[in-house]
Amino acid sequence: MIRFGLSRIGIITEGIDSWSEAAAVLRGETPYRDGELAALKPAMLKPNERRRTTRTIKLALQVTETVLQDYPDRQDLLSVFSSSEGDLDIIDQICQALCLPDRPVSPTQFHNSVHNAPAGYWSIGSASQAASCSLAALDGGFSAGLIEAASQVFSEQRPVLLVCYDQLPPPLMQSVIPIRTPFAVALLLTPEQDSQPCLAHLQLRLDAQGEPDRLANQALERLRLSAPAARSLTLLEAVASELPSQHRCLNYLPGLNLHLTITR
Amino acid sequence: MPALPLKISHYTLTNALGQGKSSALQALQSGHSGLRPCDLEGVDLETWIGRVPELENLPLPDAWQAYDCRNNRLALLGLQQDGFLQAVDAAKARYGVERIGVFIGSSTSGIATTEIAYRDRQDDRLPADFTPATTHNIASPCHFVRLALGLNGPALAISTACSSSATVFAAADRYIRSGLCDAAIVGGIDSLCLTTLYGFNSLDLISDRPCRPWDGSRNGINIGEAAGYALLEKSPEGESSLQLLGFGESSDAYHMSTPHPQGDGALAAMNQALQSAGLTPSQIDYVNLHGTATRSNDASEDRAVCRLFEHCPPCSSTKGFTGHTLGAAGITEAVFSLLCLEAGWMPQSLQTESRDPELGANILLQPQSAPLRHVLSNSFGFGGNNCSLIFGLAK
Repeated sequence: MIRFGLSRIGIITEGIDSWSEAAAVLRGETPYRDGELAALKPAMLKPNERRRTTRTIKLALQVTETVLQDYPDRQDLLSVFSSSEGDLDIIDQICQALCLPDRPVSPTQFHNSVHNAPAGYWSIGSASQAASCSLAALDGGFSAGLIEAASQVFSEQRPVLLVCYDQLPPPLMQSVIPIRTPFAVALLLTPEQDSQPCLAHLQLRLDAQGEPDRLANQALERLRLSAPAARSLTLLEAVASELPSQHRCLNYLPGLNLHLTITR
Repeated sequence: MPALPLKISHYTLTNALGQGKSSALQALQSGHSGLRPCDLEGVDLETWIGRVPELENLPLPDAWQAYDCRNNRLALLGLQQDGFLQAVDAAKARYGVERIGVFIGSSTSGIATTEIAYRDRQDDRLPADFTPATTHNIASPCHFVRLALGLNGPALAISTACSSSATVFAAADRYIRSGLCDAAIVGGIDSLCLTTLYGFNSLDLISDRPCRPWDGSRNGINIGEAAGYALLEKSPEGESSLQLLGFGESSDAYHMSTPHPQGDGALAAMNQALQSAGLTPSQIDYVNLHGTATRSNDASEDRAVCRLFEHCPPCSSTKGFTGHTLGAAGITEAVFSLLCLEAGWMPQSLQTESRDPELGANILLQPQSAPLRHVLSNSFGFGGNNCSLIFGLAK
């Protein structure tokens, strides 16, 4: 059983761009209304880099900036980036270019096509030489990211940044990629013994038993199912409720679930 | 509670040198390159590639049809060598299927399937039989290996470009240390595709000749494909075995596709690996370089190696044998490091005729025999994710 602290949450999706907004919605204090995604303008990118990067990279970086606002020791943070599909706009454009005579693949797009591109821009933007992991796990992407980040907190006894993000597919891929809402969530995880205040303490274990929990509110349940990163809402709802102790089950892998105990 | 050192109880490799680790060792020892002029269907680039023959004629069994693509065919072919499946079966009997983790690195996974779907699209619709979740997706080879091995423990699909299948060793150590599993299958699979061939070509990083790491005339990489795996377990004290002794991971924080000119990120990864292994630089007997043979990669790694090692250990890049297998480079060179430890032998940097006078590392132009205790292997990727691994032979 791995135990760790959850000290900060950042979230960006249609109609929500802060943890305080999300918490009020998840507690049922305000109804969930989708709407426009906030403008993506991560400050850590220089203007020329902002032009050359994509909406996927910007979404991942912006949620990172949200969660780390005024955080002092960015350079020392270990980081985990999890995305179900990576940057589908770039893959779409490269695959289109490969169908043309002379195959004019853009060099900038090619170097941005790596799954760890947001992690690379984060490391440059924050001047952090700390280790960083980039991963993918289809529908279980949030669970896989949380487990990887928790294993880092546990074994390194250092704070770890988890960023989980999914962007809409380009038109050609919409019929085959089940992402219907852009969604990004960032968590700052801390060692259990850390003296900093935290939003919740978590315990994590894997079990083949159990069924992933659903959200009672239908609009929020639709949102939860609209992107792999949005499966995080199961955990965020429990944190927002501020009850003393709760248990939640999240999908992870075929035949294996993630079980979380969330305490205040 | 540290898990290191971890015992490497079984390992295997399939690439352009052949199927299984004995083909690899034989080719390394005879100085035989697996590179050939590029003959991949539909590619009109003048370059050389490290291709695994016959993948086109090895469809997956019907039960796994949804996963069928070049990358997963290579994944299965790799699993079938060196008695690896039997070793995993024995581990399942020891630990149980829920206590063995799967950690797989890949850079482009089955993207070739998406390239074909785009080529064959009609009226702006992709073909109906296109199943990207089980082919193109970065998680596909990891989920496929877990399925093919009949495991139900944790699984992690890592994609940090060309360090992907080196970082799987670090993740496996953390999961074992955290109690998430008792043993781990680590590995990497990457296969030839148009995206990487034309992508590296767009960056002017593809060589028109067999690649020549550290040579003054080097002008780029050759792309290869590979699948390799290792079975990691906790190491009982006093047992003679191959071991993972240490690892280090860092980020360059410099540029997306150009490494830090002074090798700062590479140096940080190597230093951390030494620290986690409890070794000093002078205790490293051989370095298997990342050594891609681009001008800037080799220059950066050379700076890092020369800054760290005062005793100039023998170094070589094995990319001239296999090509750069990208997301599978980490496991490829981990396996080479293990073969070298067992054989007491180090390969030359194939095709390197003379060391670039501007570079300083002790590059082997001929193979060399020597008892080896500790070998360091480097893997660095686009995006600046670096990983160094240290392997040893405990007696």
